[in-house]
This record gives sequence, C-alpha cells and structure tokens, in this order.
Amino acid sequence: MKFGIVVFPGSNCDHDCYHAVKHVLGQEAAFIWHANPDLNGCDALIVPGGFSYGDYLRAGAMAAISPALTEIKAFVKRGNPVIGICNGFQILLESGILPGAMIRNKDLRFICKDTFLRVENNNSKFTNKFNDKKLISLPIAHAEGSYYADAEELKRLEGEGRVLFRYADKEGNVSNDTNPNGSLLNIAGILNKEGNALGMMPHPERSMESIVGNEDGRLIFESMIEAVS
Amino acid sequence: MNKEITKEVIAEHGLSESEYEMILSILGREPNFTELGIFSVMWSEHCSYKSSRKHLGTLPTKAPYVVHGPGENAGVVDIGDGFVAVFKMESHNHPSFIEPYEGAATGVGGILRDVFTMGARPVALLDSLRFGSPEHPRTKYLVDGVVSGISGYGNCVGVPTVGGEMFFNGSYDGNILVNVFCLGIAKKDKIFTGICEGVGNPVIYVGSKTGRDGIHGATMASGEFDEKSEEKRPTVQVGDPFTEKLLIEACLEAMKSDAILGIQDMGAAGLTSSSCEMAGRGGTGIEMNIDDIPRREEGMTAYELLLSESQERMLIVAKRGREEELINIYKKWGLEGVVVGKVTGDGLFRIVEKGETVVEIPVADISNKAPIYDRPSKRPAYLDALQNFDTDKVAEPKDYNQTLLKLIGSLNLGSKEWVYQQYDHTIRTDTVTLPGSDASVIRVKGTKKGIAITSDCNPRLCYLDPYMGGAMAVAEAARNIACSGGKPMAITDNLNFGNPEKPEVMWQMKEAIRGISDACVALGTPVVSGNVSLYNETNGIGIYPTPTIGAIGVVEDIKKCVTQYIKGEGELLFLIGSNKKSLAGSEYLSLIHGLEKGTISPLDLDTEKRLQTALLAAIDKEIIRSAHDCSEGGLAITIAESCMSGDKTFGAEVSIEDDGRIDNILFGEGQSRIIVSILDKDRNILEELFLANGIETSYLGKTGGVNLSIRVNNNQTISCPIEQIKKAWAEAIPSYMA
Repeated sequence: MKFGIVVFPGSNCDHDCYHAVKHVLGQEAAFIWHANPDLNGCDALIVPGGFSYGDYLRAGAMAAISPALTEIKAFVKRGNPVIGICNGFQILLESGILPGAMIRNKDLRFICKDTFLRVENNNSKFTNKFNDKKLISLPIAHAEGSYYADAEELKRLEGEGRVLFRYADKEGNVSNDTNPNGSLLNIAGILNKEGNALGMMPHPERSMESIVGNEDGRLIFESMIEAVS
Repeated sequence: MNKEITKEVIAEHGLSESEYEMILSILGREPNFTELGIFSVMWSEHCSYKSSRKHLGTLPTKAPYVVHGPGENAGVVDIGDGFVAVFKMESHNHPSFIEPYEGAATGVGGILRDVFTMGARPVALLDSLRFGSPEHPRTKYLVDGVVSGISGYGNCVGVPTVGGEMFFNGSYDGNILVNVFCLGIAKKDKIFTGICEGVGNPVIYVGSKTGRDGIHGATMASGEFDEKSEEKRPTVQVGDPFTEKLLIEACLEAMKSDAILGIQDMGAAGLTSSSCEMAGRGGTGIEMNIDDIPRREEGMTAYELLLSESQERMLIVAKRGREEELINIYKKWGLEGVVVGKVTGDGLFRIVEKGETVVEIPVADISNKAPIYDRPSKRPAYLDALQNFDTDKVAEPKDYNQTLLKLIGSLNLGSKEWVYQQYDHTIRTDTVTLPGSDASVIRVKGTKKGIAITSDCNPRLCYLDPYMGGAMAVAEAARNIACSGGKPMAITDNLNFGNPEKPEVMWQMKEAIRGISDACVALGTPVVSGNVSLYNETNGIGIYPTPTIGAIGVVEDIKKCVTQYIKGEGELLFLIGSNKKSLAGSEYLSLIHGLEKGTISPLDLDTEKRLQTALLAAIDKEIIRSAHDCSEGGLAITIAESCMSGDKTFGAEVSIEDDGRIDNILFGEGQSRIIVSILDKDRNILEELFLANGIETSYLGKTGGVNLSIRVNNNQTISCPIEQIKKAWAEAIPSYMA
C-alpha cells in the first residue's frame, strides 16, 4: 500500500509521517509536492501538520485554495482514505472537506502535551484495528485547536457517529477538565459524511515507537491499511 | 551618501579615537560614511570579540573527535556511525530586553541558521533565560514576550525546543538574558563551511529581501542601556519563521548538489560580516554590486543595505556555471536567489554602486586586524566582605515543611512546565527524554544512539566566586548529561557579562574563563563554539556574571537512558558523592533570608570526574532507576523533585545522619552530589562500584506512601503530603503569570 504525504510550504510534520508509515510500518510512501500533486498510485493520503504558508491569514486558509486541494478533493470523492493531522485537519476544514472551523485555544497559548482520547467509533476506516480498545494516548501540539461548529452541525456529527475522538482523562471520562483547548464537545477528531476523510488535532505519527512515547498511533495507520486492502 | 565624518559621527558609531586612527592607517585615507559604518559593526564588541578574544584563546578546544572548533559558524563533533553533532549557543539579550517577542524569536532564527549553514538539520533547541526579580514591574511582560517569541518561531520552523533554564534574580532587572542553543545532525562527509574561494566564482544572495530593520543591531548589542533604551527599538530585527522554514529546506536541498563551496548566515552586521568573514577564511577578496541586492523599499543606501540585520538571509559562494541550478532550488521553495557579486583575488572587500566603487577595504585588515584589548582587570573590593559573611548567623527556620513548600513553590525552583508546554517538544519524533529531566535526549535515527543536551549556569555562584562558578557550570552541565546516561563530549559557552571596560567586570570574565578552562580539561569536554555578550548593564549596574554552558553527550544505547524521576514504590534512595555543601549562594539563603553571600562550597574536579565515570558505569549495568543532580535547592528539594516530576507521584521515607545546621543539611548546596534510586537487589553492586571509584554512597531511605518524610538525626523534620508539595511546585509559574 502506498501513502502519499502532501507537502505545502511550511508543512513540518511531513518527515515524521513519512518515517511513521515507511520505516515503522514498512509501507510505501511518497511526498506529494503541492505545486504538482500527482496522486497516481497513492492508496491513501496524509495531510501533515505544520504551519502551511506560515499560518498567515488563518491556519490552513492559504493551503485550502492551493491546486493540491483540487486533487485531494477528487481523491476523497473517489472514496480513498485521507487523514489530516493538526494543520492538516485545519486545511481539511478550510477547504470544506470537513465541516466546522478551528479557533484559538481557550487560553490563547500554544499547547504541547500528551492527551488521552476516548475512541467513540471503532468501526471506521481509521479505527477498525482498535477492537475493544476505547482509550488511546497521543500528543497534541497546536495553538488553534478549539473545534467549533454550529449546533445543527454538531448534532449531525454526533448522530452519524462522525465524532471519532474526544479529549478524556486516563479513565476515559470526558469533561471540561479534560478539554485542553476549548473544543466543543471535547472534539479531537471528526469524519466526513462518507467516512473516508478524518481530521484530528492529536499527532498519531508521534506515537509509533515506545522509545519516544507509546505505539497507540500505529492503530490509526494500520486501520487505514486494513481499509484499503 | 556622503555624510561628513566628524568626531560626533565617529563616537555615534561606537568607535574610539584610537580605533579611528587604526582605520586611517589601514586605508591610508579617510573612510567615507559607508566605510565608517562597516568598521563600526565589524569592530563592535559583538562581532570582533575585542575584549574577550585574548582570554578565549586559553580555552581547550581540541579532542580527537572535534571536527570543527571555534571560528566556524558552529562546533562540529564526531559522534560515530558516520554522523556529526553540530551545535552552538548564542545570546540575543539586548534585543530581547527592548522588544521581547521579536528579540527572542530572532534569537532562535539566528542560531538555527548558524547550524544549518553547516549542512546539519537542526534537531533540537534549548533556551537559557534569566529575568529580573519577580516583583520588578517589567518581569512578567518580559517572560510572556520571550516565551511567546521562542514558541512562535521554534514551533513554526518545526524544531523541538526540549529544555533549558529559567532563573529570576534582581541583577537582571535592567538586562535580561536570552541564550539559545541549537543542535543539528549532519553526515560527517557533508559538512559545509563559510568559506569564500575560487577567484571568479559567483556570490549568491538567497532568502528574504533586505529592509531597514536591525541596522546597527551589533553596535547596539555592544553598548550599555539607560532610560532611553526604548528608543533603540528600531535596531531590533523582525523574524519570519515561515521564511526560515523554507530557507532550511531549500538550503538542505541545495547542499545535496555539489554546487555550493561556501555558505553563511547574514547574522549580526548582516551582509557586511557574512561576506567579510567568508573572504577572510578563504584569503580572497569579494566584490558585490549593491544595486543587485534584493530590497524591501526603494531609496535604501549602500550604508543601510550593508548594515541591515534583516533576518532569514544567506550568502552562498557557488561553483561557476552552477548558479541557475541553485537559484532554481530556491525558486521552488518560493525564495529569491540573486547573483550579487564574485570572488576576487585582490583581497579587497569592494562594493560597487551604479558602476562606481563606494567601498574598498582590505579584507584581512577588517577581519583580522580588529583591535584586541588586554583590558585591565581587578578583583572587586566587595568580594572579601561578601565571602567573609558567616552564614551561621542567620536564623534557622522553625517549620521546615513551610520552608520546603516556599522554596519549591518559588519561580526558580518551581516546575517549568508552563514554559515548555508552549514549545513543541515532540516534533521530529526523536525526543527520548522530554523536558523536565536533568538533560534531554534526542535519538539519532538509523542508529542506536542518542545525543543528550543541557544548558547550565548558576549565576549566584559565579557572582560569589567567578572561577569556581565557571568551573561549576561546566561540571553541572556534564553531570546532567551523565545523569541522563550520556557521556559528556563537548561544550559551547555563552559568556554574558557587564561592561568589560570596568576592571572588576573584566576580572569576573577572566576568572570565569579560567574556571571553564580547568573544568573542560579535567572533564574532557573541549569548547567547540561560543558567543560573548558584554555590556549587559543598565545605568552602570551590571548583571551577575553568567557564563552559560551548553553541553552535549553521546548515549550509546537510547534504551539505557535514565530520567530523574522515581519509577515505583520500594526503590532505594541513595545520595552519591561528597556531601560537602554550604548555605552560601544557595536558593534557600536567597529566598528565605534575602542574602546572596558567603563562601561557596568548592568543586573538586577529580572527584567530579570519578563520580561521573562511576555513574555512567552503573547506568550501563542498568541498575540505576533514576538519577538526579543535587544542585539548586539542595538535598530536600532534589528528593522532592525525584518523587514528583514524573508521570506518577511517589512518597518517600528518608532518614539522614549528618553534622551541622539542619537547614544546611536539607537546603545547603554543593557540587558532585547526585540522588539515585535503585532496586533493593542491586544495592551491593551500586555500593561496590562507587567505592571502587573512591566515591561515597549514603543510603537515604525508600520510596512509597503518600508523604515525603525526612528525619534528620532521628528527628522528624519534614512530613508533608507529596501531592501538596507537587501542587506548590506545579502552580508556581502559572499563578505568577496569571
């Protein structure tokens, strides 16, 4: 299986994603340069984190109108799995692939720390390998990760089982106290309507090897591999 | 621009009369205004090291594994497996005091460029920060601005900030210190240097356009502050981390070709210093056409273009005929690349404007003939009274629980999580040991190895005894590396002092350098790069001498890394090393009694070396569960930190037998002491191993329970719920900043 990793000017988790799928999971991987986005041969896409276009204007806003997004939208439409992580999530929101928007963290500061995530749906293209694992730990690292959507949209997301991850404590409880950034309903990751595009603020690519944390992030990429095969 | 050169103009440029005489004799004529500006920045303290150079020459710089020592953009050390570690620490003190966000941000940008210009990918940053007293009205604003600036820049470029220091003291009220350390990793056969060679080769300018920001930044950084310092705001550069990120990627891609001969950052003194230094190293000349320099606005003069410190710019000397290839790589990354000149054989730094030569100065004279001063030095008269203070005169606390809580809840000893949580410290997925332990460890992908990094200096000790303080900074840095499982390899020094024209300050600097030098020889850690920041004075009051040491060590197997926190109940706690300590210079004496006086407990370098050797052997045997340097705050604080700084919190039952005052036993500070925890079964191995190296071990007690209980000579002295201690520790900085 071949992962394409989209690189915008300012992407900075592209190498980490490459390392994760290529060296840790032994899959094929290729960088997709934003200016000539040839997705031929890719089975899945990763839109990595970083500060595309310096986050100038608004996080993800400039990348969302890049030629690469035309290709990514078509790729999503064909039903292929696409994961947007951190800035990648912001780009998927800004481009309309996913609903809602990101605002500044509630205390207006950048936060880098480990979080616990409650897995709300283990039957998606991104969680099919979770079995009965309901809680994972992944790091966050962002300044604009407070998810916002109107009440109707939130209801739809909940009703359709599209809220995939929620910020929780180590027992899996979800409350205001376990919300690091002010996201509505503690949302950490959501799916598109068709279930093949995931946006999440936490970084699964940073939790691939126990020597630098844990291996919970593997499950997400392994689920994508399972979904494609 | 042909402004007349008057005495006032010369003085405004920070040049002395005798220095101006030297310029006249070098040129054999009067300089024009642009040339005067060039001499001014090149001969500024910041660029020329004119007050420190003589003394820096005494530092040990060699070891078989040192590939490049001082003189290059950064130091280079061979770590085996075909890789080198490239690192340096640099200050951005003056700009950060005037404009904290941009000052700190561009400090990060500058040190990153010093590292990737050598062909290394930057993989980690550390920040050593010194602020004024917590009560000073500007302190909170400066902390917020500096931390935000580092966060804003470092996070965007995608280099993890994995540690550092933060220290508050009234001596920094008028001059904060922002020292930034950067580590890069390169292939040993792919190192680039800032050299200009091959007559006729093109000189290429890449990166941001040149603006009017930062003109005379280097000169500003070479002077004292007064009430009017705010007016110097325009000399502070403005950073653009997005462009820096593109520049990193473009440079590293361009370096994969063999088209680049030399490359250098346009840092302090911008285009002038980068071109002069490169030509100086190559023994060549350089000619640039000022009309070709990319600029942000019309009407900029040669003077402004040459002296601007606009950020995110590099100068490249390429092989002839390869220009287009390189320029296209930069274009791909959305960056400008322009041929602005060529390497010449006449040894002259020549600038041409509209076909006319406007600057012509011999390169060798401007870079190598910079004045070197052997400034007078004198031991400060106040030292005797300071050192003779009898610390036994202070009253002992009645309630040691309260004293412990007050100390651990102070800004200097409290948790720095509020700070490092704002820094992305896990990007690049190589941070094996996270911030909050003695040293951070970065793995080297493709090998079993890691690189341990730390920065250290206790300015209070340097103030009371600059020789010992300098040596202690090196020893503590090396000890922190060893506590994390790394073998100390080399250091970078960032020497921050007051006005060197004062003999007392000069003496502090000489003594600190002598201490650093002795410690580096004894511990086998040569100095491979560094930076000097002088004139850290406001209204004539200088900072405490602060020779910050950044150190690296190699961890042979990252699976054997050790952290400072207890891993479970029932672990045995030991104090390792000499138990010599003193209240002089301690955090306790400063915070509880408001005194910074006395004779500090000395460092014995031979003991230190044996301690570190034995510790590394014990770590290699995998018997050490946790190891923590016992430094600021003394024994009680160190034990508390070991108990609560990890993911899980543990109590401990400790019993100490010792002579002397109880406050000294608990909070006195000394060198060559560490706290380790081990499993019961390994006790004999530990004791024998250290004994064989002539190092004492004292059993302190066991971990477990919910309280930190410390008995001194069989009297219950401290008994406090560890969660309560943790709360005070965790809330120290957030509650101050709220």
